[in-house]
Parts: sequence; C-alpha cells; structure tokens
Amino acid sequence: MAQELKENLSRDLITQLSNKKNEPEWMLNLRLKAYDLYQELPIPKVDKIKIDKWNMDQFSLIPGSAAQEKDLNELPEEIRTFMDKNTEDRSVLIHKNSEAVFKQLAKELNAQGVIFMDLGQALKEYPELIEKYFAKSVAMDENKIVALHTATWNSGAFLYVPKNVEVEFPIQSIYLAEEEGLLPHIIIVAEENSSVTYVDHHFSNEQSETVVNNSVVEVFVKAGAKVRFATIHNFSEHVYDYTFRKALVERDGTVEWVIGEMNDGNTVSNNTSILKGSAASAFVKSIFIGTGKQKTSFTAQVVHEGTHTVSDILSHGVMLDDSTAIFNGITKIVKNAVKSDATQAEKVLMLSEGARGDANPILLIDEYDVIAGHAASAGPINKEDIYYLMSRGISKKEAERLITHGFLAPVVSRIPIEGLQDQLENVIERKLRK
Amino acid sequence: MSQPNLLIDNLRVSVEGTEILKGLSLNIKGGEVHAIMGPNGTGKSTLASSLMGHPKYTIDSGAVTLNGENLLEMATDERARSGLFLAMQYPSEISGVTNSDFLRSAINARRGEGKEVSLIKFIREMEQKMNVLDMDESFSQRYVNEGFSGGEKKRNEILQMMMIKPKIAILDEIDSGLDIDALKIVAKGVNEMKGPEMGVLVITHYQRLLDYIKPDFVHVMMQGKIVRSGGPELAEKLEAQGYDWIKEELGIEDETVGTKA
Repeated sequence: MAQELKENLSRDLITQLSNKKNEPEWMLNLRLKAYDLYQELPIPKVDKIKIDKWNMDQFSLIPGSAAQEKDLNELPEEIRTFMDKNTEDRSVLIHKNSEAVFKQLAKELNAQGVIFMDLGQALKEYPELIEKYFAKSVAMDENKIVALHTATWNSGAFLYVPKNVEVEFPIQSIYLAEEEGLLPHIIIVAEENSSVTYVDHHFSNEQSETVVNNSVVEVFVKAGAKVRFATIHNFSEHVYDYTFRKALVERDGTVEWVIGEMNDGNTVSNNTSILKGSAASAFVKSIFIGTGKQKTSFTAQVVHEGTHTVSDILSHGVMLDDSTAIFNGITKIVKNAVKSDATQAEKVLMLSEGARGDANPILLIDEYDVIAGHAASAGPINKEDIYYLMSRGISKKEAERLITHGFLAPVVSRIPIEGLQDQLENVIERKLRK
Repeated sequence: MSQPNLLIDNLRVSVEGTEILKGLSLNIKGGEVHAIMGPNGTGKSTLASSLMGHPKYTIDSGAVTLNGENLLEMATDERARSGLFLAMQYPSEISGVTNSDFLRSAINARRGEGKEVSLIKFIREMEQKMNVLDMDESFSQRYVNEGFSGGEKKRNEILQMMMIKPKIAILDEIDSGLDIDALKIVAKGVNEMKGPEMGVLVITHYQRLLDYIKPDFVHVMMQGKIVRSGGPELAEKLEAQGYDWIKEELGIEDETVGTKA
C-alpha cells in the first residue's frame, strides 16, 4: 500500500503506519511528536547551498516489513557480490526498499548474545532496548529533515554487542533502493569493552525511481568499546540523500567512521561524534567525488566534552564537471576538556573549471590546555607530482589517475570487506572516467 | 639494441626569461660514467631538469638526441620511455599510491597494453633489488616517498632506476644529505647497473661520491657551461685545490649564473 506522502501525511497516516506494524504505543507517540516538529521546524540552513527547493517529502511511503526469509540465491547478483566471501557464517542483513529480505547472524555471535536484525523486528523482540536508544543520539528536534525521518522511518537495523564481546568479522547490511522513499534507521550499541565493525552499502539501480533517502544512524560506544562504522552511499542522479549520523562515545571508547559518499545526486551528509567520557576518541575519514551538476553539503563534526579526548577528521573530495560541494570540518572543545588533542584536514582536488569545492575548517575551542590543528586546501593536482610520475614513463592521464586514486585511498583501504572495497574502486573508476 | 648515445649540442635554457644554460655540449655513451661538478648555482640541476622536460624550463636553442631521436620534441613521459631517467634531488611524495603500484605502472607504461609484467616476476625482482639497497620489505607497500627520510628517498630513486633499467641515468645530487653508509649503498646500486647498456651522468658538489662511483669523465660547470673536462684526476685536483684555480684561469670572479645564489 503505497502512500503519496506529501498530500496525505497526517497524524492519521502516521497512526495507521504504526498500527499496521503493531508498534508499541510509545513509538506511535514518538512518531506523532516528531510529525508535529516536522510541521513546525524550518528547513535547515546549509552553508552556501540552497536546499529549500530540494525534494524532501515527495515519495511514496510503504510501512516496511520484517525479514521474510528468502534464499540467498534468489537475491540479485549485484547484492551477492558485495557480501563477505571469506566466510559462510557471515552476519548480514539485506533490505530491498523498505523490506528486509534476508538476514543471517553468525552462530557464534548469536551464542554470545549479539543481536543483529532489522529495526522493525527488534522493536517487537527487544522493545525496552529500542526505547532506551531510539532517537537518543540523533534527536528528532535537530532539524526538519530528522523530524520527518523520525515520524516516518520504515526500515533499518539494530546491532547490539554485549559487554566484553569482540566481534571478529564485519557485520554487514545492504540497502537496495528501487522504487520508493527509503527511511532507514540504524542503531548500534557497543557495550563496555566490546568491539565491532559494521559496514553498510546503500545504493540504487540505474532505473531506480527512488527520489528520497532520509536516513539516521545512531551509535552508542560504551566505556572501552570500539566501533568501526564503514558506509558507502551510491545513489543515482535523481535520488536526494539526507543522512544524519551521530556517535556518543564514553570513557576510553573509540569510534571510527569510514565514509564513501559516491552518490550521483544531491546530498546532505552530516556526521557527528560526541566524546563524552575522558580519553574517548573519534576518527573520521571520508571521501567524495562530485560529478555532473550535483550539489553536496558534507559536515564532519567532533565535540570534545571529556578530558584527554582525541579526534582526527580527514575529508577528501574530488570535484568534476559542474559539481558543487562544501566540506565543513567542525571541531569543538568545551571548557574543561583539558589535554584534548584534535586535528582535521579537508582537501579538495579540483579537476574541472566548472566545479566548485569549499573546504571550511572550523575550530571552536573554549579551553586553553589542548592541542588543535587543522589544514585545508582546494586546488588542482600538484604539477610537480605529475612531473615526477611522468619522469618514470607514466602518461599524464595515468599519472592523474594514480594520484587521484591515491587521494581517495584513506577510505578505500579501510573498507573491511574485499568485495565491497572492489565495488568502491569500481565506482571511483566509473566516476573519474565520466 | 644499439649502444645508448645521448648527445647534447650547444644547449641554451632559460627560466622565466633568465638564461641559465649558455651553450652546453656533452656526449654520453653506454658504459660511460660522466660526472658534472661545480659550485652551487652554476646550472647543474637546470641541466638535469631541462633534459627531463620539466615545464619550468624553456629551451631557447640547441639539440638533445638519444640514439638519434630528438628528445626536446617529446613530453617528459616520452623521454622517460625512450630511456632517460632522472634520480631527483627532491622527489615528490605521492600519498595513497604504493611504491609497488607506482613502479608497476612505470614498467607497464613501457610494455604496453596486454603485455603487462607478471605480478610474481615483478615482486621477485623488486625484492631482489630492495635487498641490494638494504631496503626493508615494507617499503614496497608504503606510499611513494611519504614519510621517508632523506636517505630513504634517495635509495628509492635508485630502486626505481634499477627496476626501470634506463639507457641514460642522470643522478642529480644523489649524495646530498647522505651519510657515508647510505652513500655506499646508493653507489652499490649504481655500480650494479653499470655496463654497456647504460650511460650515467652524476651531478655533484663533492668528490666524495666519486670515490664510490668511479667516473670515466669529469666536467666542471660554471656560468652555465662546461668549462673544463678531464679524467678522474680532475676530480681529485678539485678535491685538493677547490675551484678557485679554474676561476683564475678563466679570469672570472663569480661562477654562478642567472639570479645570484
């Protein structure tokens, strides 16, 4: 039952959506509250890009359904190529549109108490856990887009890693968009001294009619825990992608974000880490390739609240054609977060006259006893570097290709699944050849 | 394959309107080691860079041929594929590109599509050459020159030379910033390559390097020209007496060229 959202979105429709899925009352109330906020809040201001005319709410909304176990071999080949080939006992959750079509959790992890399933099912099986974490890091009143998401979310994942459990193999999730609005909500909880790598891939087919992806990622890193979150977004030209991610990191915890923004369409991507406890750390690595007339706003933010907290933001963008992108790196160190150490670097390679790329390092520091550094640059490939490679017999074109791939390597090399790494390489190759 | 033959005839080169090389001629053949010596600012590195085709330098007149082919008409990469190699004084750092991928691209650029070097063969050869240069295995997977010490960069230049096997290798101040042990290792790499297949041009301030890479011909450069040529004994005389006697013989006070050093 597809619903054209804009005309019909109302308290009634949201109530129907929630009831259809037999959600607990608190979730319905939360959705309704978010709906009210969506009505009230203004469209967020994005630095130097006007997003008022972007499609935010024109899509058909399908409630989404829990995993209908399908045979892996029935899944499209394009999905299977991304999966971890090193093990049969993999942990993977696959969504096609808002429907979870396949899920598997490694037996060993199941025995250790790891939970990994689509969020709709988790809401049924672990309502108290979901209530504890849902919308607790990315608050619904952050902006209109997040409020809309919270009111209408229709798919997603829940990953829970109990205390002291170290997950060896990456946990994977795949989102294929074919025909409708996608509103996945992803929650990751890593309890004390646990460690886990989660990797997901959001993509659309060439013929996809999907117009909006509005996703939220919430990561909770407890004391001493380690989470590596790797993601690739690869939507086609006519998909608007809005993604808000936030990690709350407690004492001695570490979050590492590895982000490949490979969309062909307009994108708002916002990534925040709050270092709440002392000696917590956040490492953010992201790459982006702008093509066509694409417009993108990319923000990576770290807030140092605890003492001795450490962060590093690396953001590399390659701008082609007539694309526009703003890269904001925001490091905030609050008063009393002494001995914090923060670095950030935004670098933009301009490979076309018509492209525009802005790198904005922003340091907001209210404490003296810290170390903070930043670097930002935007410009063409260094001519001396090209000359150096050419002096070894490499053609100019190949030299530029090598240097550009090298520029994107910090993220590619950190994608934990080989098949997905190859896929990212292919996307990069395709975009650079355009 | 014919013996390599680099012919530089009356070469004049300028940088941003200032003439730096003022009619330089030199002939280097396979099997020969030539050394160009001279104080700072006399045009030595300009010679190296303009032979390789650095875009900063303008060739005003003269000719340069390698085995009869006109190098000056070629882009830098074509010059390299014709057999010219330059070990640079300040090599670039290429982030994200491993030494191994870089070298494989360089070798494959010479072999053409469909004839790429086999990975196993390549790795084996690279390991063997790295062994000669006393380079740790990890260097093959490290990004090109990134975070390398001065000495490691120089060794990496020689590694590239050994893998690429040029007809003419120019070593531009390969000894600068090297301690005596590193110098010996670099020289060992060069000496291993010596033979009729390759001619070498060593550019240096110091006689010291020539104790380990024995030159057949020594040239002194001043004011953008070769002002004296001789055998190894010329280098020894320079080591013992410095450059002043040449300046006196030439009746010049300032040996530099272009902007004052």
